[in-house]
Amino acid sequence: MGMTMTQKILAAHAGLDSVKAGQLIRANLDMVLGNDITSPVAINEFEKAGFSQVFDKSRISMVMDHFVPNKDIKAAQQCKQCRSFARRFDIDNYYDVGQMGIEHALLPEKGLVAAGECIIGADSHTCTYGALGAFSTGVGSTDMAAGMATGQAWFKVPEAIKFNLTGALSEDVSGKDVILHIIGRIGVDGALYKSMEFSGEGLKSLSMDDRLCIANMAIEAGAKNGIFAVDDITIAYMKGRVNREYKIYEADSDAQYTQVIDIDLSAIKPTVAFPHLPENTKTIDEVGDIPIDQVVIGSCTNGRLSDMAAAAAIIKGRNIHKNVRAIVIPATQAIYMECLKRGYIEAFVEAGCIVSTPTCGPCLGGYMGILAENERCVSTTNRNFVGRMGHVTSEIYLASPAVAAASAITGRISSPKEVK
Amino acid sequence: MNANGFVHKYGDNVDTDVIIPARHLNTADHRELAAHCMEDIDGEFIHKVKDGDIMVAGWNFGCGSSREHAPIAIKESGIRCVIAKTFARIFYRNSINIGLAILECEEAADDIESGDRVSVNFDTGIITNETKGKTYQAEPFPEFIKEIISKNGLLNSLK
Repeated sequence: MGMTMTQKILAAHAGLDSVKAGQLIRANLDMVLGNDITSPVAINEFEKAGFSQVFDKSRISMVMDHFVPNKDIKAAQQCKQCRSFARRFDIDNYYDVGQMGIEHALLPEKGLVAAGECIIGADSHTCTYGALGAFSTGVGSTDMAAGMATGQAWFKVPEAIKFNLTGALSEDVSGKDVILHIIGRIGVDGALYKSMEFSGEGLKSLSMDDRLCIANMAIEAGAKNGIFAVDDITIAYMKGRVNREYKIYEADSDAQYTQVIDIDLSAIKPTVAFPHLPENTKTIDEVGDIPIDQVVIGSCTNGRLSDMAAAAAIIKGRNIHKNVRAIVIPATQAIYMECLKRGYIEAFVEAGCIVSTPTCGPCLGGYMGILAENERCVSTTNRNFVGRMGHVTSEIYLASPAVAAASAITGRISSPKEVK
Repeated sequence: MNANGFVHKYGDNVDTDVIIPARHLNTADHRELAAHCMEDIDGEFIHKVKDGDIMVAGWNFGCGSSREHAPIAIKESGIRCVIAKTFARIFYRNSINIGLAILECEEAADDIESGDRVSVNFDTGIITNETKGKTYQAEPFPEFIKEIISKNGLLNSLK
């Protein structure tokens, strides 16, 4: 019986000729990731279990990104614990203030993840790297500890939903709108325990930034992973970044899918997810008049260069609405530098935005933009759960950078067309 | 392996941000995490939960973040078992990996009410509602997972 992309990668990493959905396997890992929230729990477990070495110091990444520069003493202690562990085991890919970026923007940028690889990360958005044709999934801290010690993880081989993409994106529509549209269609548990496999001729209209954004939010549909077929765009992205051999896996023509969903990219409109679930989507023309207090443009979902470019194109030469606080967060130091060179940061600051060092801060209600009672935020992040960004009565509207930027100008949720 | 306690019941899509809000993730201390368990969805939970109690919920319990702090906070609060219609997958594996018992059973999740006294037999998957005098059958764990739980978590099972 044929296998999906994910099943082929898992079989290869488990040393098996084939696997089938539902099978429990133990797979070898190419990369194990943690951040400053999840690594301390993993380090405690690692030490409690008495492990004295890591399986491969070049295959562990630790990125201090959630609460850095440290927001308080406890956060500083957690980073210190990670730093000591990284020094003790001479971890190659330890990223601290000055080199760090938001983990899921940083690892692809640095070439630390590649097509055909098997990756776990103690962060739910680890599914982002499926954009490169890798099997990549979020796990917890105990899995991270076991992964660091043994280089392996247990998996139940997933079934898959195939998304057959056709057409091309319209103006002002991005990967964010595609994934919000899909989650609106299938629901927050529409792909529970499954792979979301993206392929079809529509792929060629999706940039790597679009694909990284789409794969990033696979978890928001409950998926185990999202994965894209590898094409010339993927290969061009990896060139110069990935300097080791990688393998491209294609789904078999007789691979089994629980569902095949056709997505006509040209029919997708700018889409907004209303509180308090990513599945509560409306297209921009259905939104109505919703005044806002804050806009956040950034995160592992939408903090990449093309996101900054889309926001800058709308914000440049205009003023942020007097009732809105606009927070822009380029996701890595390299993106930040490129924004400087291209004049985006000048455009943001002149318009009345603040531009932050890379951090996950506001997305998870950590710091750098916490919401007060009844406040509303248009955010390019990935979750709009109750209390996610602050007070339990605050509201988060998930949208693309273009919609967020337009909304920052008008002071209410707006289409980019309104301000152009 | 068994559980027997009073039920705290919640709805669908209970996410890890309400189980343990990120503002408390600047610590990995189990007691401190438990002190804030469920506070954004049920401020009373931590005052009324007793050792051995059972949590019951609807679809997609534990969705969102991969934070293991969520099952840790639930386990440390005294909850012995979570019964839901379905679990988000990272929460599911985290619970197994840290030895928090979880069971999927749609009928039980629909029928059991807050305050009911419920017992669970993990070997057979039989859930008994002692208050209502009814039983429900959940799928017992596969052997592979039973082994992890019987060794008190993933890391102990690797030794």
